[in-house]
Amino acid sequence: MSANTIADVSALTNAVTDMSAGLNIIQKPAAPPSYVSTRNACKLCAPLGASLVFRGIEGAVPFLHGSQGCATYMRRYIISHFREPMDIAASGFSESSAIFGGGDNLRRGLQNVTAQYKPIMIGVATTCLCETIGEDVAAMVREYVLHVSQDAETGGSAPHLVHVSTPSYSGTHVDGFHAAVRAVVEALARPSHSRSHHVNLFPGMVSAADLRYLKEIAEDFEISSIVLPDYSETLDGPALDAYQKIPAGGTPIHGIRSAAGARASIEFGRTIRQRDTAAAFLESAFGVRAHRLGLPIGINETDRFFSTLKDIAGRPLPRKYEMERGRLVDSYVDGHKYVFGKRAIVYGEEDLVVGLAALIGEIGIIPVLCASGGKSGALRQAIAEVAPNLPESPEICDGADFMSIAEKAKLLKPDLLIGNSKGYGIARDLGIPLVRVGFPIHDRIGGQRILHLGYRGAQQLFDRIVNALLEYKQQTSEIGYSYM
Amino acid sequence: MTDILQERERQVYRKSAEPFQIDCEKQSVAGSVSQRACVFCGSRVVLYPIADALHIVHGPIGCASYTWDIRGARSSGPQLHRLSFSTDLQEMDVIRGGEKKLFAALCELIDAHQPKAAFVYATCIAGIIGDDVNAICKQASEAKGIPVLPVHSEGFKGTKKDGYRAACEALFQLIGTASTEGTAATSVNILGDFNLAGEIWMIREYFERMGIQVVACITGDGRVDDIRRAHGAALNLVQCSGSMTYLAKSMKERWGTPFLRVSYFGIEDMAQALYGTARFFKDPEMMRRTQELVHEEIDKVMPQINAYRRDVQGKKAGIYVGGAFKAFSLVRALRLLDMKTVLVGSQTGSREDYEQLRELCDEGTIIVDDSNPLELAGFLQEKEVDLFIGGVKERPIAYKLGVGFCDHNHERKEALAGFAGMVNFAREVHSTVMSPVWQFTSRRRKEMAV
Repeated sequence: MSANTIADVSALTNAVTDMSAGLNIIQKPAAPPSYVSTRNACKLCAPLGASLVFRGIEGAVPFLHGSQGCATYMRRYIISHFREPMDIAASGFSESSAIFGGGDNLRRGLQNVTAQYKPIMIGVATTCLCETIGEDVAAMVREYVLHVSQDAETGGSAPHLVHVSTPSYSGTHVDGFHAAVRAVVEALARPSHSRSHHVNLFPGMVSAADLRYLKEIAEDFEISSIVLPDYSETLDGPALDAYQKIPAGGTPIHGIRSAAGARASIEFGRTIRQRDTAAAFLESAFGVRAHRLGLPIGINETDRFFSTLKDIAGRPLPRKYEMERGRLVDSYVDGHKYVFGKRAIVYGEEDLVVGLAALIGEIGIIPVLCASGGKSGALRQAIAEVAPNLPESPEICDGADFMSIAEKAKLLKPDLLIGNSKGYGIARDLGIPLVRVGFPIHDRIGGQRILHLGYRGAQQLFDRIVNALLEYKQQTSEIGYSYM
Repeated sequence: MTDILQERERQVYRKSAEPFQIDCEKQSVAGSVSQRACVFCGSRVVLYPIADALHIVHGPIGCASYTWDIRGARSSGPQLHRLSFSTDLQEMDVIRGGEKKLFAALCELIDAHQPKAAFVYATCIAGIIGDDVNAICKQASEAKGIPVLPVHSEGFKGTKKDGYRAACEALFQLIGTASTEGTAATSVNILGDFNLAGEIWMIREYFERMGIQVVACITGDGRVDDIRRAHGAALNLVQCSGSMTYLAKSMKERWGTPFLRVSYFGIEDMAQALYGTARFFKDPEMMRRTQELVHEEIDKVMPQINAYRRDVQGKKAGIYVGGAFKAFSLVRALRLLDMKTVLVGSQTGSREDYEQLRELCDEGTIIVDDSNPLELAGFLQEKEVDLFIGGVKERPIAYKLGVGFCDHNHERKEALAGFAGMVNFAREVHSTVMSPVWQFTSRRRKEMAV
């Protein structure tokens, strides 16, 4: 074969790739959901996200202004994933508070939480109930702080109070999460006269293992960082001797205070780039440069993250990560044939779905359906950016629920599912593997220790995906080779 | 001593010579971090196991999400109860009202799943925005030809107990709407067993062996048609009295059906339930069969239970459960294992319940109403508890402190009722108390060093 022919062939291949990329762009929007009702929701409500954020702040107690049940349901849900204590206080609306307002309950609740927990901060998230009756929680909180500051008995000291509006009729737990991060920064960050060397890192809703790894990366780059929130210890702590009222760990308050003087912010989430997030706020109010990246899942997205870190730190990639990346590439090569052309459904929070699509796209798995209960409007574009050259256009479904995913899955005939525990029923019906990632994982142990981010996270996900497919092949084989 | 909020001091009692006094059946103290849920939770747990009914939550998404397929309530047939349906109200619905959405949702879901009935749970804001849920249910019922029952379970309208009542009211609307033809003279309804891990199948088999017909299981492995003809049964057996007494009383009033309070947990209580039922029917032959059954079952399980007891005897237990009635059975079941209950509490017990617990327990036992994580952690340490019995929210408190744990809540997947269930219970207790992992937790490490 002459050199020319090779060039021709590669030109042809490029043309085909371009065409398929073109197909991605002109793809029709997914058909609107044919059901009015939500059937097996692929989302949780906003205050849950806010509660997670507050749990990841040093000395903070999450507090819901609404019915007692909201706090209890969310606690149970979060406990089932993390298998850790998760205290969320509630103002506990009664019928009269629903009619005459819950201000009194809120005040007494804050007093009792302060007395019991001696918190540094109380994060007050609203619920659909108090929002619907039109409570001005922000004013109530201000009034409470004023009242306490004039109270001789308390010596005028109240915990920091941060309020965030999270009605569950608007958005999902992810929206509650980002809103809480922003609310905390807005309430606590103080203008600074000089730029500090540290970096704000807003990772979004990731696992405890992810948070630990991010901190390790920053350390290795010798970048001083404030990670908000940081529930890596508060929701994945050691066995204890005495019960900690508020578990040790969490983002230090003084760190959040200094966020306005940071050198830069890094915020993960391609579907929140147009939104008014913590990083956007710090940039517009204090001129802190915002680097808004996708969740670093897979090599390409992680390369972008590390490249940003290299720029900020002004230093090359530490050898440790060069080696992690090298081993990851080597394993991609070792395993590529096991995964090539396989069809996967990925689901969960929008930004997680984007990251997973990036990862599986770069190893040769086709994301035939990318589904999320979220509805930012940015999912399609984000997936097109991170997975541009797929041989087949993925179906993109935002505002999806699990029954619509199940109905599509029957037609799409995927080889595997990647997402949280709630997809288990679909995987079971189809007899295909489910690779568990994200939240909630409540049918396995160790959800909080699943690593998704960076080269190391991609390595773990890649190994698990390949092995799930190998195991499936072995299980469904008539022969059952022990050597694959 | 454990720190207790001033407002809650009267909800804790330590058994002593001091006169008995406990506050209970009141709204949780704001900011206390109660382990209780809300009215909706009460309704949802009671009705959840009805497997051929459609359960739809009318409200924003949270309430439906958090209750999707979370319980171990099994069905021998349809699995419709394990799906989660919601009107998922959005901001515009809150402004404009959710009635149209609810009607459309009901119609499409009834068409798709062909249920025998539908339960519509009105959550917090359904009432606030003024949706006429009753009218929509009536309209949907007429359009689709099945009972569509509103369940008024707005979370803030009381406590979990009020939710039980709302559920009972919905059930009561179904009862009496079908023929009782073919119902035997010796027949019962099983009220207040939720068929966790198949428990009701075990119980049902005992009754059938005694020669008793079980008309309706309310609600474990429940079926709408059975519930509709439940008024034909000669007797209601009420377990979980907190949730079902209201229904039993309503049925007594309306149909004259007498009821017996029973419990199927532990050997003593299980045997009592069967004997009490046999006594009710005043049939010596049935009593003989019951005695045979009880002896046979006890002979079967005692050797295994004794083997577990040898290892666990003398250990100290703490109990914190939803309803106090279950706590009575647990104290007795633990006693069979020669374990001592040093802490017992419930979310919704009444004064009479706590008084009975006081009689049942030893000196020094802590009795607590509507507790919270900080108190429970304090009590576990103060009483040096070896085994804590509760639900998912109590589990991490125990584990964090190096204390064994047994799940006795609705989410469990182990059958703990009946005679065979007692073996499972003993095994559960044994597998946590005897685990070698505690050697690494600090509490036990210290004990071992002493």
